[in-house]
Amino acid sequence: MFKKILIANRGEIACRVIKSCKKLGIPSVAVYSDADDGAMHMRMADEAVHIGKSPASESYLLADRIIQVCKDTGADAVHPGYGFLSENQAFAKALEAAGITFIGPSVHAVAAMGDKIESKKLAKEAGVTTVPGYLGIIKDADEAVKIANEIGYPVMVKASAGGGGKGMRLCWNDAECREGFVSSTNEAKASFADDRVFVEKFIETPRHIEIQVLGDKHGNIVYVGERECSIQRRHQKVLEEAPSPFLDEATRKAMGEQAVALARKVGYYSAGTVEFIVGAKRDFYFLEMNTRLQVEHPVTELVTGIDLVEQMIRVAAGQKLPFRQEDIKLTGWALEARLYAEDPYRGFLPSTGRLVYFRTPEENATVRIDTGVSEGSEISMFYDPMIAKLCAYGKDRAAACDAMLDALDATYVGGIGNNVNFLSAVVGHPRFREGRLSTGFIAEEYPDGFHGATLPAQRRTELLAVATLLHAREQARDRARVEQLPVRHDLPKQDWLAVAGGEEVSVAMGDDEVKVGGAAIRIHGDWQPGDLFFRGSVQGKAITVRITPRSEGWRLTHGGTELDVVIRTRRAAELARLMPVKVAPDMSKYLLCPMPGLVVSIAVTEGEAVKAGQVLAVVEAMKMENVLRAERDGTIAKVSAKAGDSLAVDQVILEFAEQEKPAEEKKPAKKK
Amino acid sequence: MQDIIQQLEEKRAAARLGGGQKRIDAQHSKGKLTARERLDLLLDPGSFEEWDMFVEHTCNDFGMADQKVPGDGVVTGYGTINGRLVFVFSQDFTVFGGALSSMHAAKICKIMDKALQAGAPVIGLNDSGGARIQEGVDSLAGYAEVFQRNVMASGVVPQLSVIMGPCAGGAVYSPAMTDFIFMVKDSSYMFVTGPDVVKTVTQEVVTQEQLGGAVTHTTKSSVADLALENDVETLHQTRRFFDFLPLSNREQPPVRVTHDPVTRQDMSLDTLVPANPNKPYDMKELITKLVDEGDFFEIQPGYAKNIIIGFARIEGRTIGIVANQPMVLAGCLDIDSSRKGARFVRFCDCFNIPIVTLVDVPGFLPGTAQEYGGIIKHGAKLLFAYAEATVPKVTLITRKAYGGAYDVMSSKHLRGDVNFAWPTAEIAVMGPKGAVEIIFRGDIGDKAKIDAKAEEYRQKFANPFVAGHRGFIDDVIMPHGTRFRIARSLAMLRDKKLENPWKKHDNIPL
Repeated sequence: MFKKILIANRGEIACRVIKSCKKLGIPSVAVYSDADDGAMHMRMADEAVHIGKSPASESYLLADRIIQVCKDTGADAVHPGYGFLSENQAFAKALEAAGITFIGPSVHAVAAMGDKIESKKLAKEAGVTTVPGYLGIIKDADEAVKIANEIGYPVMVKASAGGGGKGMRLCWNDAECREGFVSSTNEAKASFADDRVFVEKFIETPRHIEIQVLGDKHGNIVYVGERECSIQRRHQKVLEEAPSPFLDEATRKAMGEQAVALARKVGYYSAGTVEFIVGAKRDFYFLEMNTRLQVEHPVTELVTGIDLVEQMIRVAAGQKLPFRQEDIKLTGWALEARLYAEDPYRGFLPSTGRLVYFRTPEENATVRIDTGVSEGSEISMFYDPMIAKLCAYGKDRAAACDAMLDALDATYVGGIGNNVNFLSAVVGHPRFREGRLSTGFIAEEYPDGFHGATLPAQRRTELLAVATLLHAREQARDRARVEQLPVRHDLPKQDWLAVAGGEEVSVAMGDDEVKVGGAAIRIHGDWQPGDLFFRGSVQGKAITVRITPRSEGWRLTHGGTELDVVIRTRRAAELARLMPVKVAPDMSKYLLCPMPGLVVSIAVTEGEAVKAGQVLAVVEAMKMENVLRAERDGTIAKVSAKAGDSLAVDQVILEFAEQEKPAEEKKPAKKK
Repeated sequence: MQDIIQQLEEKRAAARLGGGQKRIDAQHSKGKLTARERLDLLLDPGSFEEWDMFVEHTCNDFGMADQKVPGDGVVTGYGTINGRLVFVFSQDFTVFGGALSSMHAAKICKIMDKALQAGAPVIGLNDSGGARIQEGVDSLAGYAEVFQRNVMASGVVPQLSVIMGPCAGGAVYSPAMTDFIFMVKDSSYMFVTGPDVVKTVTQEVVTQEQLGGAVTHTTKSSVADLALENDVETLHQTRRFFDFLPLSNREQPPVRVTHDPVTRQDMSLDTLVPANPNKPYDMKELITKLVDEGDFFEIQPGYAKNIIIGFARIEGRTIGIVANQPMVLAGCLDIDSSRKGARFVRFCDCFNIPIVTLVDVPGFLPGTAQEYGGIIKHGAKLLFAYAEATVPKVTLITRKAYGGAYDVMSSKHLRGDVNFAWPTAEIAVMGPKGAVEIIFRGDIGDKAKIDAKAEEYRQKFANPFVAGHRGFIDDVIMPHGTRFRIARSLAMLRDKKLENPWKKHDNIPL
């Protein structure tokens, strides 16, 4: 076994690998950049070595530097995690030359599968079903259009070196194909320094299901079940689960066997993942093979009980797999939700900055949390905006979904935009609960973006009961003063009204229940003023609700919805009704920077007339170029930013001229 | 007897109706509540005891003799907020536009006198068109009577003015002399002369809102402390605010039960101060994580944002917080922030409220605007206020404490009781680069030498130890333990006794 393992990565995956090293009693070495000084992974490891500046290209991608650190610290093996150098054959080769073990597959396998075009050819040879498409390199947009017409729309333009949704464009017609070719090429060049792209047929209502394989250096290869990762947004996985609610035993076996055949073809060992697109009739096509540990590996671990990282380490050390195919059983159901620093209410724009609050539920038999940050950490613009992976386990899919919803309710991220509410909304969505998934799920169910989950009437009543309890606790505390003046004995009892979303309902606090309108809601909870969560039971069922105090009353966050509630006396409510409704100033004539970022270009000039849909500016954030388009026809009155400017969120980029006629569609006034 | 009771009921009914239903409706249509409705929201239900409901004005000129409304345009009395005594007056715009007559003034004076004797705060809800012109100098005399009482009550009982309608001309000076002013957005304004006069005299065209609205006074003039959305929110926040205040200077601040443990550690504070000394961070995060339940009542949040002031609690007891805000102007002191901080420190000192000062200050803001504006005198106000304060003073230096600003911010030398520093503290005359460029002025062209010397200066002063050697700071504490250490210091100082020499009053540089 190895003397010491260096983890050539950061964040949650570095922490994850260190955990398995600890379990095996192997000392670990962390590496870190400027931005990660003091990060969790460097605190968890036995040693930590600084390797360079914040940009990954000046730290985590510096193969030579990392190999030098191995030599300096005496590490005889490297676990690359995912991303960064994990699928870089030059790195694997250099390690080999230096006599350091790469905890992953052979250089040959990495090289063969690293190229999307090469890998498809190999897959075909191994008898794996593949998607119809053109596997050659495409020279220009004209050729792309020509090929697309041969295959038939819709097609997908993909970067050959791509991954993680970068450099991919779905095209339905020639114009989109042309534009897709250009942007895909550019993005591929920027992200992977490799601008080769190819075109393939796009499978409609597809599911993304992948097979985990595990092999050793003695020719043993098994498949360790599947993961369904159909819930994606712009090709970025959001929710994953194991097993897939769609596969039957026969399909699972067929896919597993094809995956193993492909792995065998390239002499694969270590952990790898064969990704398939699965059509509506359980027809499946090979997509690509990832020659590394996947982000979503925990769901497989939860349903199989296998520690994949441990097996990777053992295999790399030359050990045999301790199980055979027939030993692998899938027990129960696991879900993984990726908690991202992005704002679902603003088109999922990336959000960076300090994690002012970061609270998660306790880990237990049903909850697993993989993270590399804690409250007070920085979500840096330099790396992936993932905050944590929340996993929930249950005896079946429904139980796993319920556990996930509870875990999300008990999760609070403050200081930066985050997708907790969005994740709750998806997991609570009837279509998700029924398992009717496809990679188009998010686009289809949230075509106009995310505006909060719908709150069922019963749940709303229960939340009003919670608010009433909060109010009663605060009232009791406020009255527990020493310097009280005597109170009249004949005061009429105060009626309370719960005011939420413009509706009012009478509420009353009893001993163990709250009357909400006509309904009696049983409620228990030890909430005290200042607590961030209400944890208790409503109608005998355990419930967690996030409590945010507002100027008056609270915001209750639960199941992906936010409900602002104020409890008032009948008299106060009556007077509050007399208050004018104020409308926030109309900002629709401004183009505001939707996220903190860098202006790449401004496409218009002052005085220019623009059409709806026309590109106005491009802003780069989190290495993604965001194209800002005109929402309607108009004239540019003033341009306030220029290329190269660093802008804050909501900073004015440009201003439209006042329109002669009032705009037909006004954006709804922003709520305060 | 029955007859008298009958008359009593009639008079009460008439008083309750104020200027009549039509005017009440007009008041409502402007988004404003009536004087009595406001008191319903401000005070605990059923706690209001009204005085002088039968007072009528004494004017017989200009047809006023047959226009008498019981109460004469102001509702006065006392009641409770969460059970605690408070005296109130609420001007009734529906009666003669809330105009102040001599009797109207007398009613206000009566409750102020009693508040002073009983030792309880006064809250005034202002909604008045101005002087009762028909009364002439009697009305002016009434104002002056109120002014005199404002001054006498100042520092004895807390006085709070809530501006909920017009407040113009001489009338502004009563609120101006109270401790805090809250204003309602869009429906209240304060100015000495209105837009019409302004236009005549200076040709400036300006709206009432621009000239003296809530936003103007909380962002530009600093006359008011808080701008709130509407009457309901304003009165709700007034109740919340009242809960922080002691009833008088004879009493200690109130205690509110809390379940927030004093031993709560906050590991995230260990990463609050960025490694790069030029990178800002939000001091409000420290405040909310330091105090009970994250409950911080900020005052003047929209003005001189480079300093943060407000009330919070630790162990359930009210504290005043003064903190530099590195997010704005690097947290420097300037004219506006010095004035803002100074008045707050003096309020806390008047009313036995311990002051917790959080320091990250790079110095005073340079420039002609500051010097011509009198930064010397205004900066001295904050210095003076801290130096004369005898309440418990606990200070924490989180990062920079440079130059004279270090002295000002409740330093040991100004009788700071407990002065802590985080390991990130840098206590020095100025930043390393600036210091070295002065000390080694001759070598200013030699970048390598300047950089080397700057590094040497940083090594020497960019830490809390030099100040520690002199005893200028009492201890270096870990950020995550800040709440406990400050709470313990405040508990230790609970019975602190310190008196300044007898004097008629001091002569703070106004």
